[in-house]
Amino acid sequence: MKRHLLEAGDLDRDDATLVLDTAAQIEQALAGREVKKLPTLRGRTVVNLFYEDSTRTRISFELAAKRLSADVINFSAKGSSVSKGESLKDTALTLEAMGADGIVVRHGASGAPHRLAHWVRGSVVNAGDGTHEHPTQALLDAYTIRQRLGRLDGVRVVVVGDVLHSRVARSNVWLLSTLGAEVTLVAPPTLLPVGVGSWPVQVSYDLDAVLPKADVVMMLRVQAERMNASFFPSAREYSRRYGLDARRMAVLPDDAIVMHPGPMNRGMEIAAEVADSARSTIVDQVGNGVSVRMAVLYLLLGGAPE
Amino acid sequence: MSLLITNVRPYGEDAVDIRIADGVIAEIGTGLDAGDADVVDGTGLVALPGLVDLHTHLREPGREDAETVETGSRAAALGGFTAVHAMANTDPVADTAGVVEQVWRLGQQAGLVDVVPVGAVTVGLRGERLAELGAMADSAARVRVFSDDGHCVADPALMRRALEYVKALDGVVAQHAEEPRLTVGAQMNEGDRSARLGLTGWPAAAEEAVIARDVLLAGHVGARLHVCHVSTAGSVEILRWAKSRGVQVTAEVTPHHLLLTDALAETYDPVYKVNPPLRTDADVQALRAGLADGTIDAVATDHAPHAVEDKESEWAAARPGMLGLEQALAIVVQTMVEPGLLDWRGVADRMSVRPAGIGRLDSHGRPLAVGEPANLLLLDPTHRATVDPAALASRSRNSPYAGRELPGRVVATFLRGVPTVLDGKAQK
Repeated sequence: MKRHLLEAGDLDRDDATLVLDTAAQIEQALAGREVKKLPTLRGRTVVNLFYEDSTRTRISFELAAKRLSADVINFSAKGSSVSKGESLKDTALTLEAMGADGIVVRHGASGAPHRLAHWVRGSVVNAGDGTHEHPTQALLDAYTIRQRLGRLDGVRVVVVGDVLHSRVARSNVWLLSTLGAEVTLVAPPTLLPVGVGSWPVQVSYDLDAVLPKADVVMMLRVQAERMNASFFPSAREYSRRYGLDARRMAVLPDDAIVMHPGPMNRGMEIAAEVADSARSTIVDQVGNGVSVRMAVLYLLLGGAPE
Repeated sequence: MSLLITNVRPYGEDAVDIRIADGVIAEIGTGLDAGDADVVDGTGLVALPGLVDLHTHLREPGREDAETVETGSRAAALGGFTAVHAMANTDPVADTAGVVEQVWRLGQQAGLVDVVPVGAVTVGLRGERLAELGAMADSAARVRVFSDDGHCVADPALMRRALEYVKALDGVVAQHAEEPRLTVGAQMNEGDRSARLGLTGWPAAAEEAVIARDVLLAGHVGARLHVCHVSTAGSVEILRWAKSRGVQVTAEVTPHHLLLTDALAETYDPVYKVNPPLRTDADVQALRAGLADGTIDAVATDHAPHAVEDKESEWAAARPGMLGLEQALAIVVQTMVEPGLLDWRGVADRMSVRPAGIGRLDSHGRPLAVGEPANLLLLDPTHRATVDPAALASRSRNSPYAGRELPGRVVATFLRGVPTVLDGKAQK
């Protein structure tokens, strides 16, 4: 493993598999234990540096670090470095001076974790940067797929929604293709980036055409505000063309699963009966998130302190 | 004061001696007698007319922490320039005779290059109504180039009026071609790399659409149009078409767009953030070809100094722009001369003659000939050096060329016969 986890695109097949296998081992080690805690990172300090509100991701990382016995500091820095407060660099130097071994960063600017990694000695984990990547989300998604379907190689994954603005989609595209899955992106053309043609994926504008051959359907959150910028005419039209409802779910192969990174817009991209169905892995994803993040922290910080 | 440059090659041609006296080239020949003149050994050096930059940000007044007229002038002289156009996006904006005269006077005081102020097209660069263009033209600063650079004159009716109005001033509107609605939040060239990096794309069409509109307008009203920092292959095609139709359009390309591509955005280091953004390799090749065949008239630096804190940040938070004055000629040597796309006369044409003509500067861009103003530079084309931002004369350090080895060293620059640079060192 490299020193930082900045993007899923950095992980080769061996690295990615190691994370997933480590997460599985951790889950096994903790299964049935009364005290769900490992001593691995005792004495190490992990800082959660969150420039955006994200309760679920922060809690997941916090829990992961605590279960590894690390000391955890939550540093929520609201607002961007330009509008107020200290710059990202000054914050980085402060955390560095405090001896942070790992910095988990969520930031609204694409590439902010890359900048941070230049300024600190500790390991940087990207917990979501702008519209770039969210690598631990992709890892937990891959873990969940493997858990439910028993494999990743050749699995047909359909990712549906606002790919243009989605860091989850980007991370999944790179990670899942590295792990041998066949990824198809489905979205209105306005929500696909110019340049998507260079990605290792298939692209379709027609959800109904791809569902019968999908092993996994991953629904992305779509913000209704996007319609104000004319990415689509209305929430209703979006939902009709790209939403996953019970009718569409019915055409999926028998063992296909439905995923969503959360938070969901029920009734927009996913119908309640789909989200709550047996195919849905949404709750599994949350639980697996902790195991996968433990694996990441363990692999990045687990060595003896320098 | 008299000066003899010995054994120097004008335009890279046969070696001669050049005598400079009273600010003009007094004599050109071989075996000239030095007499009591100071002698500059020009052996191995190429003499070119002093370079003229149509596009420099000197930041004064307003951001003297990033650059001043004096520090920018020094950087310019070290780059071989004898005249630079200072862009209007200062604070206060150079949209009145008072501000342009202030900048002009600061340039005179620094005395390293002729600082030629550019006047804003619209009041406060706001794109709403024309600034007093006539007052700036008639001022001591003698403004001939008008630009809202940093902002596009996006309103087509206002652009038309500006083009028409400056005809009376023998002026030119230098357009920053960027359709603002197509570049909301834009961070880098829109394409494969922006898709992967998750940085909002700046589509080539946002530049090309404005250039297409403006050449049609300029042709319609018979006015002069200059296009700033052309960055795409499509823009070159539109310019070629417009010129073939007889439109009075000129265009510039920056050194960085001749050399660098959007691959550098993968570092997320904002030193590579610039507006218009770095484009693809195909664009770079088209720009070089356009400069070689004259479709693009000039190399202009868009020298844009920024304070450290405006660049040491997240990409999206950083200001766009990069330094250029001190490396411009080196990059033209590397990208145009060494591959054989331009000879030294071509370099003189694109970096001195044509930009001086566009800016209506009578005493710059003149040939190296007896009786002409002694504005010239001496270049060692064989020298190669690695760029160290800390060693630059600019007050800022945002050079995208840090660590790159570039060819050519400006050994001397003369402004009206007075050395502003000698032995590679600024003389004040």
